[in-house]
Amino acid sequence: MSADYNPLELLVCVASRIIEDNSTAFVGTGVPMAATMLAQKLHCPNVTAIFEAGGVAPILPGLPISVGDSRTSHKGFMASTMNDIMETAQRGMVDYGFLGGAQIDMYGNLNSTMIGDDYRKPKVRFPGSGGANDIGSLCWRTVVITPMDTRRFVEKVDFVTTPGYLTGKGAREKAGLPLGSGPYKVITNLAILGYDEETCRMRIESVNPGVTIEDVHKNCGFELLEAPQIEKTHEPTEEELRILREEVDPDGYIIRR
Amino acid sequence: MNNETTDIEEGEEELFTPVDPDEMRAAFHKKSRALKDKVTTVKKAVSELIHDGDYLAVGGFGHVRIPTAILYEIVRQNKKNLGMAGHTSIYDSDLLATSGCLNRCDISYVIGYEIRGLSASARRAFESGKIKVTDWSNGALAWRFFAASAGLSFIPTRILLGTDTFKRSAAKTVTCPFTGKKYAALPALYPDVGIIHVHRADTYGNCQIDDGILISDTYLARASRRLIITTEELVPHEEIRANPQATVIPYWCVDAVVEVPYGSHPGNMPGKYWFDEDFFKMYLQGVKTEEGTKKLYDEYIYGVDDFHEYIDKIGGTEKMMELRNIEKLIFSRT
Repeated sequence: MSADYNPLELLVCVASRIIEDNSTAFVGTGVPMAATMLAQKLHCPNVTAIFEAGGVAPILPGLPISVGDSRTSHKGFMASTMNDIMETAQRGMVDYGFLGGAQIDMYGNLNSTMIGDDYRKPKVRFPGSGGANDIGSLCWRTVVITPMDTRRFVEKVDFVTTPGYLTGKGAREKAGLPLGSGPYKVITNLAILGYDEETCRMRIESVNPGVTIEDVHKNCGFELLEAPQIEKTHEPTEEELRILREEVDPDGYIIRR
Repeated sequence: MNNETTDIEEGEEELFTPVDPDEMRAAFHKKSRALKDKVTTVKKAVSELIHDGDYLAVGGFGHVRIPTAILYEIVRQNKKNLGMAGHTSIYDSDLLATSGCLNRCDISYVIGYEIRGLSASARRAFESGKIKVTDWSNGALAWRFFAASAGLSFIPTRILLGTDTFKRSAAKTVTCPFTGKKYAALPALYPDVGIIHVHRADTYGNCQIDDGILISDTYLARASRRLIITTEELVPHEEIRANPQATVIPYWCVDAVVEVPYGSHPGNMPGKYWFDEDFFKMYLQGVKTEEGTKKLYDEYIYGVDDFHEYIDKIGGTEKMMELRNIEKLIFSRT
């Protein structure tokens, strides 16, 4: 055990642990890339990392800067097209998708488009969906990685860029989204959150080291449910931290931002 | 109102490009099939093939395998009222938005530079209200290019549904005639001009991409009314014939071919050179203010005649060899 880690390192380690071996994972820029690489070097030698622009299963010689750069197909299985990758997800062959966003609500709906109430005059304009809407629509299990505070965890997002459970149970299917797909976990600096099966509302499943359940509620802008039993998140191990710092992100692009 | 399954939902925003497949067939009918020398200059390609008001689609991934020379020349020639597919766009849409060339954009990703953060000048441009926008996703625009490349007017998909991204697009829902399931029908996207940077092309415009991913370029190329190719290397026609399975864009799609070595700088060119991170750092720092933006654009775009002069300015062959070494994982102590 090591107490000497920063919040980003914790996020990466926790995210890496929820990936199962022999699965396919859609990875985005930043923390998800580091988490997938870390998982690959630890418990998931056979996780297939899929990049939305066409790269499949690279042996990453260093951290990609972009989900579309040459590292994402370096010694990979395939250098394909974005169309092929999105179609692969649409026919149900991508297990995990990692996402982030500026705002998230209790159903896991995400905003990465704008802040404000006038689409034509946004207070702040963000990049937009990128592949997020596709990933959130088509993957079996969507995992959000984000810092937690009341500015990000809000009652109502200003813009639903990417679908979570929309307005609750059954709403995704009614909208026409694929059956059985949707949000799975939300990994934050304070806790690991999941979803209540009956209501599809976000709930606390595990609190991070040094954090109380009360802290988690205080940093959330909506009412969070609680799992019947709330676990304690394991700290990053020395091995996780060593591999993360020495092999995954030696330049600190992600963990020392 | 009819019952729920037959209700059509519609995105509220404007469709910037035509979708009628017969109108587009007529346009493609007129396109030359002549096997002719299409080699030209950056200046001529832009002045002859890109007109004020045109809708553009740029290949690559925003800062990976991008046709930088053409983008700079569009800015230099001060083209106006352009539309653009902001598909996986980064440096490409930033240049056109910041310089005031754009007045409409189908957005899936703009302003951002992935893990480097955001471009302040692109944000100012997109928040100014001067660029009319609609929102989509990367997959949506990729499939819109596919629908156009296949000569169709739309494609049914399972994305966007239930979100504000759908509401702020020009998509509609459609009911499957076989299953009764609801799909998001995405309109085909036929750009006026496509611009793509490749590794190798012959004088007729047959193109091969030697390394890295294709993103949506094969579809974008076929969907475009006119297509400008920049290539790292012009190769003899026989070299294309020697390796036909590597040809991803056939000559009949192409209107102009320009040889531009290092043509994706400051972007990555798979197998050839890595990102110029020093340049991006300087750029993103510079564009934080209006004044800094003007200085950068004056120095690197308006103040140079062509791409050769620009490459000299950013450090010339020496800099490009350094970026090649990073790309090819060549590490030397000397």
